[in-house]
Amino acid sequence: MSIDLSQFKQTFIEESLEGLDVMESSLLNLGEGTANLEVINNIFRAAHSIKGGSGTFGFNDIAQFTHVLETLLDQMRSGERPVTQHAVELLLASVDCLRMMIDSIRDSTNYDTEHASNVKQQLESLLENRDQQQPAAPKSPVSTTVVQSPSGWLIKFSPHVHMLKTGNDPVLMFRELSNVAAVEIKADYSDLLDFSDLNPEDCYLRWEIRLTGEVEETAIKDVFAWVADECDLEIIPLQRNEPSSQIASDNADVQHKQAVTHPEPVAVQAEDKSHAAANENPVPLPANAPKITAPVAVANSAANKEAASIRVAIDKVDQLINMVGELVITQSMLSQLGDDFDMEKLEKLRNGLAQLERNTRELQENVMRIRMLPISYSFNRFPRLVHDISQKLGKKVELKLSGEGTELDKTVMEKIGDPLVHLVRNALDHGIESPEMRVKAGKNEVGLLQLNAYHKGGNIIIEIADDGAGINKSKVINKALQKGIINSATEVDEDKIHELIFRPGFSTADAVSDLSGRGVGMDVVKKNIKELGGSIVISSTEGKGSVFSIRLPLTLAILDGQLVRVGDEVYIIPLISVVESLQIKKSLVNQLAGKSELYRLRDEYIPVIRLYEIFNITPKTTEFEEGLLIVVESDGKKVGLFVDDLLGQQQVVIKGLETNYKRVEGFSGATILGDGTVALIMDISGVIAMSKSIKKHSQSENASGSKDAAA
Amino acid sequence: MAKILAVDDSASMRQMVAFTLKSAGHEVVEAINGQNALEAAKKQAFNLVVTDVNMPVMDGISLTKQLRALPNYKFVPILILTTESGTDRKQEGKTAGATGWLVKPFNPEQLLATIKRVLG
Repeated sequence: MSIDLSQFKQTFIEESLEGLDVMESSLLNLGEGTANLEVINNIFRAAHSIKGGSGTFGFNDIAQFTHVLETLLDQMRSGERPVTQHAVELLLASVDCLRMMIDSIRDSTNYDTEHASNVKQQLESLLENRDQQQPAAPKSPVSTTVVQSPSGWLIKFSPHVHMLKTGNDPVLMFRELSNVAAVEIKADYSDLLDFSDLNPEDCYLRWEIRLTGEVEETAIKDVFAWVADECDLEIIPLQRNEPSSQIASDNADVQHKQAVTHPEPVAVQAEDKSHAAANENPVPLPANAPKITAPVAVANSAANKEAASIRVAIDKVDQLINMVGELVITQSMLSQLGDDFDMEKLEKLRNGLAQLERNTRELQENVMRIRMLPISYSFNRFPRLVHDISQKLGKKVELKLSGEGTELDKTVMEKIGDPLVHLVRNALDHGIESPEMRVKAGKNEVGLLQLNAYHKGGNIIIEIADDGAGINKSKVINKALQKGIINSATEVDEDKIHELIFRPGFSTADAVSDLSGRGVGMDVVKKNIKELGGSIVISSTEGKGSVFSIRLPLTLAILDGQLVRVGDEVYIIPLISVVESLQIKKSLVNQLAGKSELYRLRDEYIPVIRLYEIFNITPKTTEFEEGLLIVVESDGKKVGLFVDDLLGQQQVVIKGLETNYKRVEGFSGATILGDGTVALIMDISGVIAMSKSIKKHSQSENASGSKDAAA
Repeated sequence: MAKILAVDDSASMRQMVAFTLKSAGHEVVEAINGQNALEAAKKQAFNLVVTDVNMPVMDGISLTKQLRALPNYKFVPILILTTESGTDRKQEGKTAGATGWLVKPFNPEQLLATIKRVLG
């Protein structure tokens, strides 16, 4: 039978990456000199698992790499080797290296073998330093096997009384021997006690086995390898032939045979325990010999980086099963009711339907929960990141994580990772000052960086807060003037400053570092967050620090929508972008040059978009008084959407348009309403872009002098 | 066909062992550590236990010792899956009462051959 090992690859990759995360966070906890055994054990166990798995599943380069790593960790574990800062840094580098190797398996790509062998060499040289002080590791036992092919063997097998207690059954061994060659077995029961003295759990028998045929001695020893310590064994060749130093190695059971390559024939001593040792131990890998082999080619298509599979807590699955059970009960109750229905049972039917609704809703909520993961998955990388960056920058930073248990959708989590990294880097690079500057400013020399997550309404809020220098407003303004983004007449308030920060190519960093300050980043951060249907807000106090708050929807699969009617069509506006809905007073609408209309909303002017115009449909009304204006916000800009009517608000399940049809401008997706009709979900920024291109000669960016009009 | 308890904290190894044994027609129950395995073993009878050594909560050596202390598991074969590294866990396993061992890395064929050895 052949079993395709590649089916376990995905699991191996997942658990290995998890193991590496454990190693990394444990290493970061492992301060210099503090040989916390439990922490080292955790690290060792993770490395050990990766080694076992990689060897089994054929990733030999990883197995060899982890072997060296494991040896080092084993020495640390047993206290032979002190935990030095150098060793910890090297171990961290090894974790990175392994991660690279495992990523390359997952993505079916090649990795930087040079880097890997470089790190491995560093590990090896660290090991060798130690080894010089240590006596050489015990070599394989001196007494080895006679390599011969006699015509047969006489085996004297005398189990110790307790041998049966390790679950070894002599009958099975004899059967195995009989598979190797023809056997003749004689039992010697002279040691058998009187029945009254007999302990049924003990073994009193001895055997003599005559084996005829050309059999290697190792094949015989293999059979008895497990009981070498629990029996007296003599293996005597029946007829000596010419000794041959070669041994057939194409046997599948190579594991147990590797030690047999020692050439010098030595007399066999049956009681010698080293028999077993010689047979069981595969030849130890010389510490410096193994070379990184070429990356393992992976045959089947790569499991892609994002979300090939998901781990779900068992309690979530149990809950689902429970709920499906309830659903089945409700269903059978309803169908029973339907069998002989009369109007008297109407109340029952109503109750049943209400129950069905409840069941369905709960089921839906819980299915959604399956995709939810605690944000710790994303937060976990930051201790390492902060450690590395603050070391590089010579800053002292304490990282505080809170709300790690807050759950959010796996897809959202994957997409928010990079923006979070950007923000954390920024906070370390631009926010938190050097220890000297902090002391000068009367602060603790250790800066504080906080990552916090919590649920609020249907959203998750992630805050990145530092107690650093805050945003230097005059610096931002100067830079903007210098770049010609604003002129000296422009009124610059708090919001404007924050808007400037998110502009592409805007950076106030005096020098471009390799961490941040290239001006790529903040605009990308904002774009990514926007793509997820979220928003980002800054609050900053000069000298005190900054807080970046990201608001994200909990899931991308469901959306709270406002249903609106235009003509015969029903559209859905994401509730998150709705600011308010109002009846229009015609006196507040200003016509501008061309067709543009502005509505005066308190002290702002907002452009009005007539949806029927851009969707090219016939509305019920074109008169402002007869319809409604829905004020929505996108990219920090408000616009008013003119619609016929407001319908209800409801949660809708998002169906992709691209997967089912094609991409349609102005819409982000579609959903199926309760009556079975399809409704399109508006993409507000897309709608704004459409209205712009329709009104080709719309007002110029600065004409109104207000950012709010710059739709 | 036998009923086998497969114990490993590594999901991929556990899956591989379980899949291999099931393919050979055995019934397999999986456990993620020694503690977990011991509980399973107390609830139902197994013809064979295959366990990893290095596991959190309870390792394979302690599991072997504790199983041997149960009347029902005095003679049930226990195979430990070891690697060639570090301290000699095989001897430790034998002393604890393990029937035999299988050295990692191994392939499904080796596993089945070894199993055959204790199940006949």
